[in-house]
Amino acid sequence: MTAIPDTARPARRIPLRGLNFAIAIFVVLYAGIAVLQPNYLEAALFMNFLRRAAPLAILACGQLYVILSGGFDLSMGAVVTLVVLAASMLIGGDPEMSWPVIGALYAMGLAVGLANGAIVAFLKVPSIIATLGTMLLVNGLALAWSGGAPRGDLPDNFRNLGRLVLRDVPLVGTLPVAVIILAVATLLMGWGLHRTAYGRRLLAVGDNPRAAELAGVPVKPTRISAFVVSALAAVTAGILIGGFSGVSVNAGRGLELQAIAACVIGGAQLLGGRGSVVGALFGALSLFALFTLLNLLGLPQALRDSLQGVILIAAVGASVLRHRRST
Amino acid sequence: MQVRSILAVTLAVAFSTAAYAQEFNDPAEFKKQRELLSTKAEGPEGKPWEQHLGGAMVDTAKFKKDGPHTICFSNAGVFNPWRVVGLNNMKGEAALQKDRIKELVILDAEGKDDKQISDIQSLLDGGKCDVLVVSPTTTAALTPAVEAACEKLPVIVFDRGVNTKCPVTYIHPVGGYGFGITSAEFIASKLPKGANVLAIRIVPGVDVLETRYSAAKSIFDEAGLNVIGSEFTGSDRAKTKSVVEDYINRGQKIDAVWMDAGDTATAALEAFEDAGLPYPVISGEDQQDFLRKWQKEKLVAIAPSYPTYQWRTPIIAALDILDGKPVPGPEWNLPQPAITQETLASYIDERMPALHYSLCGCQDLPGYPEQWGGK
Repeated sequence: MTAIPDTARPARRIPLRGLNFAIAIFVVLYAGIAVLQPNYLEAALFMNFLRRAAPLAILACGQLYVILSGGFDLSMGAVVTLVVLAASMLIGGDPEMSWPVIGALYAMGLAVGLANGAIVAFLKVPSIIATLGTMLLVNGLALAWSGGAPRGDLPDNFRNLGRLVLRDVPLVGTLPVAVIILAVATLLMGWGLHRTAYGRRLLAVGDNPRAAELAGVPVKPTRISAFVVSALAAVTAGILIGGFSGVSVNAGRGLELQAIAACVIGGAQLLGGRGSVVGALFGALSLFALFTLLNLLGLPQALRDSLQGVILIAAVGASVLRHRRST
Repeated sequence: MQVRSILAVTLAVAFSTAAYAQEFNDPAEFKKQRELLSTKAEGPEGKPWEQHLGGAMVDTAKFKKDGPHTICFSNAGVFNPWRVVGLNNMKGEAALQKDRIKELVILDAEGKDDKQISDIQSLLDGGKCDVLVVSPTTTAALTPAVEAACEKLPVIVFDRGVNTKCPVTYIHPVGGYGFGITSAEFIASKLPKGANVLAIRIVPGVDVLETRYSAAKSIFDEAGLNVIGSEFTGSDRAKTKSVVEDYINRGQKIDAVWMDAGDTATAALEAFEDAGLPYPVISGEDQQDFLRKWQKEKLVAIAPSYPTYQWRTPIIAALDILDGKPVPGPEWNLPQPAITQETLASYIDERMPALHYSLCGCQDLPGYPEQWGGK
C-alpha cells in the first residue's frame, strides 16, 4: 500500500520547504505594528502580545487536528464560554476549589469532544453540522445554567493562569504564565502530530479515509481523538481567557471561526491531509497581529472590519497559492 | 482604477458613519433630558419605580374592571444580563401583588420583530388578557402590532417606545442622552481642559447606546477634553482589556475612561493594573462588580444607570389602569439616578452576582436575593 509513504511526506517536507509562509505574514504584520508603535519591539510588550494571543493560538492548534482529519470543529467557541461560566460558578471565588474544578472542566471538554467525534464517526453526520449542533447545545446549556448572567467569581490563583506575569526572568525579562502554557500546549500538540505514528494516521484519514481504512488505520477512533484534542484545547484556551479578563457570557463568541482562519493562513488544507502546528501557531499570531495593528491604526469600526476582511482574504489566498505552486 | 474604487468605498463608508452619527444627535431631546435629570420627582419617597418626572396624568376610568386580572407581557427577549434582572423584577412585583393578579402571561420574542408581532397577535387572539404590556424589540416594526392591540385592550409600553400615542402610557427612565450627560459631566468636573478620555462602547448603530455616546461627546467637546478613541468591544471582557492595553501601549496618557455600559468596566480597569499604572477617572454602570472594585480601590468614579426597576412599573401601572385610577401618561418619565461616592456603600450587596444591576429596586420583593442569583 502507498498510504504510509504518502502520509509520511508532509512531515518530511516541512524542513525542506523551510519556513512556513505564516511566519512571513506574521513578521510583516508585526513589523507594521512596530513601525506605528516602536515600543512593541521591547521584550515586555512582545510577551504581553503573546499572552493575549495565547488562547487563539492554542485553539488554532486544536482546530488543526480536526481539520487534518477532514472536518471542522465549530463548537470550540461555545466550549470556551462554557468553561469560563462553569469555572466561575463551580469555583465561586474559593481558591481551594480551583484545581479540582480545572479537572472537572477538562472532563467536560472530554465529554464534548467524545460526543462530537462519535456523532461524526458513527452517525456519519458531516462535522460542520454535527459541531454546529453541539455549539448550539453547549451555548444553550451554558446560558441556561448561568441564567443569562454569570454568577460566582474567579479567585486569583485561577486568574493567574491567564493573567500573571512573572518578573525578573533571565533572558526575556518578563514571562507571562499564559505564554508558558502556550509553549507546553503547542509542543505537546506538535509532537503528537509530527512525531508519532498517531499523527501520520490522522493525516492519512484526512487525506483519503478509504485508503487509510484499507491500509488498516483505525479510522473511527482516529477521527474521534481529533475532536477530543480540539475540545481539550478549547478548555485550555477557556481557562486562559477566563484568567486574562474574567467572567463573561461572550467569552468564546466567534473564536471557532478565528481558529479555522488561523489554520488556513498557516497553510492547512481544509478537508484534511496537509498542515502543521507551526503553521497554525503563526497563523493565529498573524491574525492577532492583524487585530492589534488595526487597533493601533485607529480607523473607524466599519472601515476596520472591511480592511480585516480584505487582509484575511489576501493572506489566505497567498498561502493557498503558494501551496498550489509547490505541489 | 483600483485606487479609485478603493477611494470610493472609503468615502462611502466614511459618509455612512457620518449619517449614523447625525441620527442619534438630537439637540432638542438632549436639552429635554438634561432638564428632566434635574426635575424633582413626584410620587412616594424612596420608591423611584412609582415616581414620575413632571408630565400629565391620563384618565383611565373607562378601563375599570373587576379583578383578579390577567396581565399579558410581550417581551423583546432576555438576551442580556440587564433584561435578566429586569424580568426578575417584573416577576417579583407580580408576586408581591399576587392577590390582585390571576396570571402573568409572558411571551419571549427572542429579539425578533416578526416573532414579537405574532406573539402580540396570539395574546390578543387568546382572549385571556385584561391588559397588555409590551417591551418592543424595535420601534418602527412593532408600531402596527401595538396599534392593533390598542383597539382591543389597554396597552402599556416600556423601555423602547413605539411611533404611536395609542398606548395608555409609555414608561421609561430619562434616557440615553441622560446617561451620557450624567457620566460625562462627572468626568469633565474631575479633569482639567485638554485631558484625554477613552470611550469604550458595546456596538455601533443601537439607538439607546448611540445617544449615550453622542451626549457624552458633546459634553467632552464643550469642556475641552480630547476623546482619543471610541472603540467597540461587543461586551467582550477580553476584547475590552486588549483594546485598553493597546491604547496604554501607544504611550498616550489616558486620564479617564468613559463607558456606554458598565459590564466590562472592571476588565478595562485591569488593563491599568497589569500595566502598573494608576486608575483613570471612570464612568461605569450599576453592576455589582464595578461598585465593589470602586469601593475597594477607592476609584474616582460614577455609575450612571438605566435602572432595571423600570420593569416593576408596568405591573403597577397595569393594576392602576384596571382599577380606573389615573396614571402618568402618555409618557411616564421615571427618575434615572446615578450612584455616586456618597451613595456607593448602600448599593453594594456582597450576596449578589457580579453583573447584578444594583438599581433594581428589588430588595423588598419576594424571593430576593435567591431569585436574582444571590446567595
